[in-house]
Amino acid sequence: MSNIPSDLRYSKSHEWVRRAPDGSLEVGISDHAQSALGDLVFAEVPEAGRKVHAGEACAVVESVKAASDVYSPVSGTVIAGNTALADRPELLNQEPYGAGWLFRVEPSSADEAAALMSAADYANYLAAEAR
Amino acid sequence: MGLKTPLYESHVSRGAKIVDFGGWDMPLHYGSQIEEHHAVRRDAGMFDVSHMGVIDLSGGRVREFLQRLLANDVGRIKNPGQALYSCMLLPDGGVIDDLIVYLVSQTEYRLVVNAGTRDKDLAWIRRHAADFDVAVRERRDLAMIAVQGPNARVPTASLLDPAQRAAALELQPFRGAEFGPWFIARTGYTGEDGFEIILPAVDAVECWNALQAAGVRPAGLGARDTLRLEAGMNLYGNDMDEHHHPLESGLSWTVAFEPGGRDFIGREALESARRAGGLNFVGLLLEDRGVLRSHQKVIAAGGVGEVTSGGFSPTLNRSIALARIPPPAGVSVQVEIRGKLLGASVVKPPFVRHGKALISV
Repeated sequence: MSNIPSDLRYSKSHEWVRRAPDGSLEVGISDHAQSALGDLVFAEVPEAGRKVHAGEACAVVESVKAASDVYSPVSGTVIAGNTALADRPELLNQEPYGAGWLFRVEPSSADEAAALMSAADYANYLAAEAR
Repeated sequence: MGLKTPLYESHVSRGAKIVDFGGWDMPLHYGSQIEEHHAVRRDAGMFDVSHMGVIDLSGGRVREFLQRLLANDVGRIKNPGQALYSCMLLPDGGVIDDLIVYLVSQTEYRLVVNAGTRDKDLAWIRRHAADFDVAVRERRDLAMIAVQGPNARVPTASLLDPAQRAAALELQPFRGAEFGPWFIARTGYTGEDGFEIILPAVDAVECWNALQAAGVRPAGLGARDTLRLEAGMNLYGNDMDEHHHPLESGLSWTVAFEPGGRDFIGREALESARRAGGLNFVGLLLEDRGVLRSHQKVIAAGGVGEVTSGGFSPTLNRSIALARIPPPAGVSVQVEIRGKLLGASVVKPPFVRHGKALISV
């Protein structure tokens, strides 16, 4: 059973979003996603200043087997990419909701993050996907 | 739902992630592909390779038949248990499949072919066997387990009767022998020492469980792929196929042009290809961060080539690849990854053998 923290919001493409006190959003991939991808060996994260649209591919994670796009769940401006992943891509597997975050974004509006799934909705979504 | 080997339930009960491979439901990994890879390099791992095809050939003219069918010369193996790696070619030199042939007796040989090509292989073999009165028998009643790693042979031998153990441990590389209904050969696809066991399908689960109890770790097709890539071994469908001949696939060493009178299928095409010269088949080591993947474009001094197999090497902690490029091979190339050009060194495979890096990183 995958870990789905209740304080985060989730996208259908298996990204999670955490709201910081200053309103910026931290984005990563869910425990379900890292488990499905297997051992991750490389991550390419966006640079600060890049404008992104909701649903736009803006990071790449590569497992031993294949490369997978990571989509920005919201529109806005990237504030930072997680440069620690360059040396330690295994953080994506080990701490998907912590040190394995991918990028931080300043959203252009609060609406898109609010429209993402709650933890309970994401759990139902995963159960439905498995059927 | 795909085809299932006799070990399918064992894989599922051990938590394997199952994927389709050539129409078969096979284990990709049992949790961590990288740990399984390291287990084979450092200790012992085992692979269910029962999806591969075992084809027995027999008849008074079977050697003559194989000398026509295969690009390598079975005349190079003379004694029961000896093995030979070869390509089977189309008349234009394209590779139908790569396979291992074992000499069983002077009138019997056994072929082990790839899972994804077994049906077309069988059709091709049967079509040509008729002219030589060779009987072709597909052995769907058999399973196959590869036990690989520096500590693979002793636990495998421990499954045999005490009287047979010593004989199994004395097998030289690329030799095999029958042990009752089991055929055991000191061969593999990982660049490590080890055995491949061909055994009745009904024995497979018991053998697998006994090996596991003896400390051999189950490993999936994911680790099998990274191990063979590090070992510089070709994968059919990636590194050679019907559109590429062995001389541009790093397999010149498997083509026996001598004796000159041996008229194997594809010979004429390969002789012209050899005279014309062609693409180089090389190893690549990515100098920048990223992962090389098949079909990425390679920009070399002599023109544009292509990665045929690429991936991440757990042993080197770097990305490596096999690639086909126009000559000259040179010492460095650029590879296009998601629109960016990254630098890679040209190296001579294998990258890793017997647990040791053979290239400097």
